[in-house]
Formats: sequence, C-alpha cells, structure tokens
Amino acid sequence: MGTFNMPSLGADMEAGTLVEWLKHAGDIVHRGDIVAVVETHKGAIEIEIFEDGTIAELLVSEGEKVPVGMPLARIAGTLQAPLEHAAPPGVNVAPPRSPRPNPVIAGPVAGRASPVARRLAAEHGIELSAIIGSGPGGAIVHADVERAIAAQPPARQRPGLDLGQMRLAIAAAMTRSKRDIPHYYLTHSIDASVCTKAVEDYNAARAPAERILLGALLLKAVALSMREFPEFNGFCQEEAFHPSKGIHVGVAVSIRGGGLAAPAIHDTDQLPVGELMAKMRDLIARVRRGSFRSSELTDATVTVSSLGERGVESLLPIIYPPQVAIIGFGTVQQRAWVVDDQVAPRPVLSVTLAADHRVSDGHRGALLLRRIEELLGEADRL
Amino acid sequence: MTEMTYRDAMRSAMREALQRDPRVFLMGEDVGRYGGCYAVSKGLLDEFGPERIRDTPLSEGGFTGAGIGAALGGMRPIVEVMTCNFSLLSLDQIMNNAATIRHMSGGQFNVPIVIRMATGGGRQLAAQHSHSLEGWYAHIPGIRVLAPGTVQDARSMLASALADPDPVLIFENVMLYNGTADIDEAAVVDIDSAAIRREGQDVSLITYGGSLRKALDAAERLASEGISVEVLDLRVLRPLDDDAILASVTKTRRAVIVDEGWRSGSLSAEVTTRIVEGGFWNLDAPIARVCSAEVPIPYPKHLEDAALPSVDRVIAAVRSVVGK
Repeated sequence: MGTFNMPSLGADMEAGTLVEWLKHAGDIVHRGDIVAVVETHKGAIEIEIFEDGTIAELLVSEGEKVPVGMPLARIAGTLQAPLEHAAPPGVNVAPPRSPRPNPVIAGPVAGRASPVARRLAAEHGIELSAIIGSGPGGAIVHADVERAIAAQPPARQRPGLDLGQMRLAIAAAMTRSKRDIPHYYLTHSIDASVCTKAVEDYNAARAPAERILLGALLLKAVALSMREFPEFNGFCQEEAFHPSKGIHVGVAVSIRGGGLAAPAIHDTDQLPVGELMAKMRDLIARVRRGSFRSSELTDATVTVSSLGERGVESLLPIIYPPQVAIIGFGTVQQRAWVVDDQVAPRPVLSVTLAADHRVSDGHRGALLLRRIEELLGEADRL
Repeated sequence: MTEMTYRDAMRSAMREALQRDPRVFLMGEDVGRYGGCYAVSKGLLDEFGPERIRDTPLSEGGFTGAGIGAALGGMRPIVEVMTCNFSLLSLDQIMNNAATIRHMSGGQFNVPIVIRMATGGGRQLAAQHSHSLEGWYAHIPGIRVLAPGTVQDARSMLASALADPDPVLIFENVMLYNGTADIDEAAVVDIDSAAIRREGQDVSLITYGGSLRKALDAAERLASEGISVEVLDLRVLRPLDDDAILASVTKTRRAVIVDEGWRSGSLSAEVTTRIVEGGFWNLDAPIARVCSAEVPIPYPKHLEDAALPSVDRVIAAVRSVVGK
C-alpha cells in the first residue's frame, strides 16, 4: 500500500490546490496515468502517477489546497481487487462517488418529441429520454428542451492559465537563479546554411502538417551534444550536481499575453526529427491552453530558448533552477561570411550558452558550443 | 384617415378607377340599376352611365368571356360575378382563356381583367350561395387570387389588381361588407405579400378573408389565457407568400390554419404542406386546421354556424397545438 503525494512542480512550489480527481476509489491506475489536476501558480497541471495499482482511497477532496508532499491518495498493489466492495477492516473507504452531474438518464425514448425539440436536443447533446414533455399528449416540445438545457450544470471548466500567478512564479525562479547561480556566458556564430537547407529538403516533399521548423533541429543538436557533455545536463541541488541519465530538453514557450513556460520533451536525443517536431507542436499548443503535465514541468534537464524567425540576433538566457545550463539561439540572419577567403552571404545563427559556474567551466562550455556547431553542420544526417 | 365600410371601400376603389382610367368599366349581373346584389356598385350607374356600368344577362360564361375579350382589346374591365358559386359557369372562360392566353400566344396577348366575386357563408343563403371556392382558383397558374380581409385592402387592392397585366380575381367575403375601419384612401398596397395582423410568440394563426376577424378575436381571447398568438393574413392566395408563412412558423413553431373552404384538397392543405416542406425541423406540434365541415353549407342558422369555422373552434385548435 503506497501513497500518492502532492508533487513538487517546481523548486518554488509550496502547495497546490487539488482541482479535480480524474480517477476515483476503486479505479485501477498505471504508471503514467493522469490521476488529478492540480492548480499551481503555473496554471492547471495534470498530475501523473508513478506506480501501478488500485486507488484505495482519496484523502483530499476537490478544491482543497495542500502542501507539497502531503498524501493525496492511498494506492493498493496491482493484484488487489478493486476495493469498492471489500474494504480491509479499519480502512475508511471513501463513499461511492456521487454520480457525475449529468442530466442524461439512459433508457428508451418515452413519448414523442417535436421536430424542433429533437433538433434542439441534438444540437445541445441532450437525451430526449431524460425530458418530461409538456406538449400535446405529453410530447416533448421546444420549451421542454430549453428547460433541460438551462438545468444542465455548466460544463466544468478547467482553471486556465493565471498569467498573474505565472508572472510571480517567473519572478521567483529568475530572482533565485540570478541570486544563487553564478552564470557565465559564451557566444558563438554558426554558418547555418547546412541546417537551413536540411529543413528545406526535409519539408520539400512533405505536407504542411508534417513539415519541421529549424527549432526541431536545434533541439535535436543540443540533445545529442548533451551525451558528450553531461555536466550541462542535470540538476544542482543543495550545492551538489546530479547529472541526469535521461536527456529531457526543456523548450521555452512564450505565452500570448505574457508569460513563459519551459516544459520538457522527454528523451529528446532519441527522437527522430519528425517526431520531435510533432511533440513540440503538441507541447506548444498545450502550454498555450494551460494544460501540461507534472512530469513535463519538472523533468527538464537542460533548456533551449530559441527566438525563432521573428526574433533578434542573439539572447543571453537565464538558467531555470535547478538546471545548470540553458542554450539560446538567435534568429538566423543573412550575413557577410568568409568562406575560403571569399566573402559570401550566409545564413548565420548565433548560439549562446549560459551555464552554472559551480558545475562547469568556460572551456567545456566552448567545446559544447563547438560540438553543437558540428552537429548542425551535419544537420542533413540528424 | 377615413372611416368607411368594406362595401364603401370597394365602391370607392371602383369609383377612383373609373375616374382615373377611361378604359375601366364594370360589368355584371345587377351591378347597374340594382346597385349590385351586395350594394357595392350602388350609385355608380348614375355617376358613370350605362356604357361603363353595364348590367348583363344571367350568363356568367357569356359576360366573363366578353370581359376577357375586352381586356384583350385593350380595355380594363372589372367583371363582377354575383357569388363564386355561380363563377363555375365562368370557370371555362377563366381557366381556359384568361389564365392561358398569355402562355398560348407566346406572350403576344395578355388579359388585364379583374374579376370580383363574393364568397363565403353565414348569411343563410344556403348551399348554392354560400361556398368558398377561392382555394380552387388558387390552384390555377396564370391568374392571381386576392382575398382582401381588411377594409384597407378592400379599398387599395383594386388599383394594384388593375395595374397587373394579367388576370386578377378578387374574393370578397360576404360577412365583411358591413365591417368598418379607419383607412387611408390614398394608400398603395402590394398584391404579393402576406401581412402579420397581430404579433405573437406561441402559435401562428394563418388565415385570410372572412376568417381573419375570427382569428383576431380568438387571438385576443387566448391572450388572456397567456397564449401569445400571431395572426398572419395571407391576403394573396396565389401566389402564396411562402417566406412570410415560414418566417412566422419558424418563430412560433406552431401553426393553425383557418380556411372557410373544405379541408380536403384545399388551400389549407397547400399551406400545411408548404410549412412541412420548408419548416419541418422548426415545428413543435402537428399543424392543425379549422375549415368548413365537409357538407354543402346548410341553410338553418344553427347548422350553418356549426359548419363554418368559429372563434371557439379556432381557440380549441390553438389550445390543442400548444398543449393547454
């Protein structure tokens, strides 16, 4: 019998509000299942469970605010039968959950319904069998369906992003970073002609939905470089560096209206570029909707901040604690470039490393940027 | 605004037409010396003389045909048929000539005739004088069929009918002649559209002519029960104003049709069908009809009353579709 605890969704998180249980007592859960939604100042986060088993009891009800680490539910082992009927002695099994608000009562359609009532019901997804008719001969008429629509509980709205709260979270994290982390910065300019052409070639034969952006290649190159430079991939906690086995690159995503999040794409180094792009698309869409998962928020081992096509030449990023490095890419610019003693126009990409001097030094950082340059020079093989 | 009866309004309309256009003349049984069997043309003979106010023999086929010939020759005849019951003798002329000549001549000849006739029961004139046959005429392509249900329309529709280059039939319900209203004698009305006579939310009462008053009375009484009735006056029975019918029914989602004709194969059946064709998905109840009983209209008062649509029957029909 284990417990499922309020997770820490960031070094600065102290408590969270349990907004919604997506699993209930008796439900069988598997590692990675989303079991609850927790509201933090980063928005509403879907919380995953990390063990297999059966939910024995929910310990916290919806709407409660609880500190990080507090048990939210008790989990029984995998092989145990659902506990709805057989509660172990002394265990206070949660009462059967009340039926979800639902005006729909399944069953045969009783009586008649007018054409307009049928149409209105269909438009609003109302089951006619749940409605008592007031029309001629007890027929269900327009007004009855209107009443049923009015009686429907409003669709449960997930709390969306609270940009004010998010701003506070960014302020706390960045202040802490600048206060605690001795940053050093290295900047390098790269001839991006191979990687921009690789993107063009890749996209030439593909439908718009399958095309990639340069950003996917940049993520891939950074992820691969981390295999050889583990001191930039991991967490610095309590003055000690813990390198990470997995390479989960965080993608800085700006949110319209202000705000920023950098959730992780898991095992970035192992993903083919097309798949990586699909994950980026999905992640960006979800971040802007305010629905990302707990593991995505906490698992990033290194972050990439890319200005994309409409940015400026370069950026000096700030490390997201407890990570130890962040790599910034500027916008590709046409520049005069010396190739074989000739000046030629080339697409030039500025790459910047901000790294934690407690963990690594500039020499290794420079080698890292060189490696990223090399990987992007072989981008046609990425 | 001038207060006048429906009868006076028709007479005033004819007088104005006779004054304005020398091609206009009135022809029919007893329209001259007798002043019209419903006294609509009373006084016109003295004013305009026997050349333009012409009494005819009892020969509907003959004088209707003469009117059609005059129209073909460039005149603007107003032919009065005493009642629509007798118009069956004119039916050959109306249908086979007036309605077809423009078509059969490839558009070379049009027939700008106006044929007025009385219609409907309620005056204890028995079966051969009491039927409502306008629905039959509304079946015929090539003619326009009007049913003025208000004093204003009685006053103003004739001018529009005379201006129409094709045959126009005007059906005057005999129970309307004595009704009065304040009207604008100078108003110009169209002969294309239906008119909402009372706005409502719960049910559309669709009617025309002699039943309009009954529908309005029913609507008034139903309002006191909390049922909001919209009354749509068709005004023009051919071509029907489908848009107005469907707009009203789309709003109220229920329809009751009041038609003094018999229900089988009737104008009310046609309106019902058009609602179903164009508005099925907006309906909230079966469509109901209030029509005349399917008998020759009886002579005895109580039986005649029982045979014709009544305010009580209209109210009962509205309640049935509203479910109250």
